[in-house]
Amino acid sequence: MGHPEKAAKFIADNERMHWHDKALWFVRQKRDIAAHGLDEWEELRRVASEIKTHTIDKLDFYLEEFEKNAKEKGIQVHWAKDAKEHNEIVLKILLARGAKKLVKSKSMLTEECHLNPFLEENGIEVIDTDLGERIVQLRDEAPSHIVLPAIHLKKEDVGKTFEKFLKTEKDNCDPTYLTRAARKHLREKFLNAEASLTGVNFGIAQTGGVVVCTNEGNADLGASLPKLHIASMGIEKIIPRLKDLSIFTRLLARSATGQPITSYTSHFHAPIEGGEMHVIIVDNGRSDIIANEDFKQSLHCIRCGACINTCPVYRRSGGHSYGYTIPGPIGSTLGASKDLRTNKTLPFACTLCASCSNVCPSKIKLHNQLYKHRQSVVAAGLLGAKKHTILKVATWVMKHPALLDFTGLMARKIVPKLPRSILYSKANIWGKERELPKFPENSFKELYKARKK
Amino acid sequence: MRIGLFIPCFMNELYPEASMATLKVLENLGLDVEYPTNQTCCGQPMANTGCAHEAGELAKRFLKIFKDYDYIVAPSGSCVAMVRENYAQFLEGEDGFEHLKTHTYELVEFLHDVIKPTNMNASFPYKVGIHNSCHGHRELGMASMSERNLPAFSKIQKILELVDDIEFVTLKRNDECCGFGGTFCVSEDAMSAAMGIDRVNDHLSAGAEIMTGIDMSCLMHMQGIIDRKKLPIKTMHIAQILAGEQ
Repeated sequence: MGHPEKAAKFIADNERMHWHDKALWFVRQKRDIAAHGLDEWEELRRVASEIKTHTIDKLDFYLEEFEKNAKEKGIQVHWAKDAKEHNEIVLKILLARGAKKLVKSKSMLTEECHLNPFLEENGIEVIDTDLGERIVQLRDEAPSHIVLPAIHLKKEDVGKTFEKFLKTEKDNCDPTYLTRAARKHLREKFLNAEASLTGVNFGIAQTGGVVVCTNEGNADLGASLPKLHIASMGIEKIIPRLKDLSIFTRLLARSATGQPITSYTSHFHAPIEGGEMHVIIVDNGRSDIIANEDFKQSLHCIRCGACINTCPVYRRSGGHSYGYTIPGPIGSTLGASKDLRTNKTLPFACTLCASCSNVCPSKIKLHNQLYKHRQSVVAAGLLGAKKHTILKVATWVMKHPALLDFTGLMARKIVPKLPRSILYSKANIWGKERELPKFPENSFKELYKARKK
Repeated sequence: MRIGLFIPCFMNELYPEASMATLKVLENLGLDVEYPTNQTCCGQPMANTGCAHEAGELAKRFLKIFKDYDYIVAPSGSCVAMVRENYAQFLEGEDGFEHLKTHTYELVEFLHDVIKPTNMNASFPYKVGIHNSCHGHRELGMASMSERNLPAFSKIQKILELVDDIEFVTLKRNDECCGFGGTFCVSEDAMSAAMGIDRVNDHLSAGAEIMTGIDMSCLMHMQGIIDRKKLPIKTMHIAQILAGEQ
């Protein structure tokens, strides 16, 4: 099933679809208030985009600088060319310390690598500690949003899930009650954990440290209690200098949720006393994206989710309709870059409205990328023979004005005479929920020519 | 100043009134306008579906037909955006392309930026909701976008303010997409309709009697929804309001 079919299913529950749309529109509005409250907003975006362009162009240099400085601080650095290598490195580090219980804070990279199922198959208990992530983990679902992983769920859904797994009171879906239950449950997991894994929002080449932004403090607790901390970082997370960080932290939380800054902006620059810290630098297809001029800008992404919140298609179809780790505009371009065949409907899950490109804090021209990916879909022969033929025939007609005039004339004569049962048959997709325009007697061209005489 | 009138192919076939109104608006301002009758389609549906080869063929055809006009004016933001934003891939370096790219205007934009009329000699005593269609809005920059932190403006409203007795309504979502999206309207038909319904409802609850905009395609999509649901609101292309129709 491609995006159109899954979207149609989501839309079929009209009440829930609108609830989802409004929830995310609310986040978008909060973002607007925050963004419009900073006079220098557009300047920040410009600088962020320039830093990213510069860094991606010199990525090898900055990654090596990061590695050197991290090692000097006692951080062990590993390189993974793909998801498989990444997962194996994590397992190896855990097994070497005999760690069987892992607490994780939010990391879309580990979702991308499908780390959890791999570790579980190898006998490791993996607990996601971000509240939203924990909720979807208990339900055996994927996150439906990169910042708000459980945004597809109502409090009643969460109540039922907790009732089943955390033995909370029946039908109690009071958010405070449920949050406290989760806190108690997670606290125990934190205290018993033997290792922690965090994502990375920013890796600073100059200092060799990593920065993790959360609202729940779960990354800090995880990284501070057990003696082993693993941080998984995509190669594009590097920024050159510590002073560049403030540009991005000012943009990140405002873009994501409308907060001036995340509750926790945690800098990890060394192992904790008596502990170990590892950073795994992961490529997993990113180098291929950098090699493509049309799409390399997608690596500017700081995973704020603003393009997702603003996307009118995402808001009405939910994250799971995309079938890729990351949904929305950024996910559609990354997914298409990663595996065009599997994700061939994603570049078309978009009206090219361009809201995403204008909301993006690092100025990725997302809609242009989706436009371009469509050409890749056609070039790869994945558009579908029927669609392609229709457009080829249409183009041929458009190259012959007399033929177009004749076709138009016939349509204007015949269509108004057709009975409704034929006109609105199954083949008329437009007409499923819309009336056709009323066909006029004359074309503009006919009127124009008549007027000239 | 010779103006080449560029009428989107589907408007020529289905919306002769709005097309004629475009011609009238320009002629009423004393401009010399010609409609080259061998024009067909700018190639946007092909380009937006990824058919670059087909779009390229139509782009080349378009250039040949329109390159000798001083200005090319069309009653459509998205077709103009196709020429200005997407033709480069097919026509970069071709003789006349730079001129075509910089001299192709959407009607309202042309009035606002080039002609700068002070009066339209038109009256429209209705409550109007402006539909900011995306390509005009975000590609051509017809108005300030809600996403950006830049000074507020609207070329569409400014030109419409030249019409007497017109009243504007305030929408909850000023620049959300209506879901037409070209071939999107059939490839994602459920989504397209859902987005269209939401947009129409926003205008309805704001008290609009007429929804207007610079793109007939968006309006056609929403009128289709209005007709199916028999809603008490109508769409009307902006050219018809500017031409004095009521």
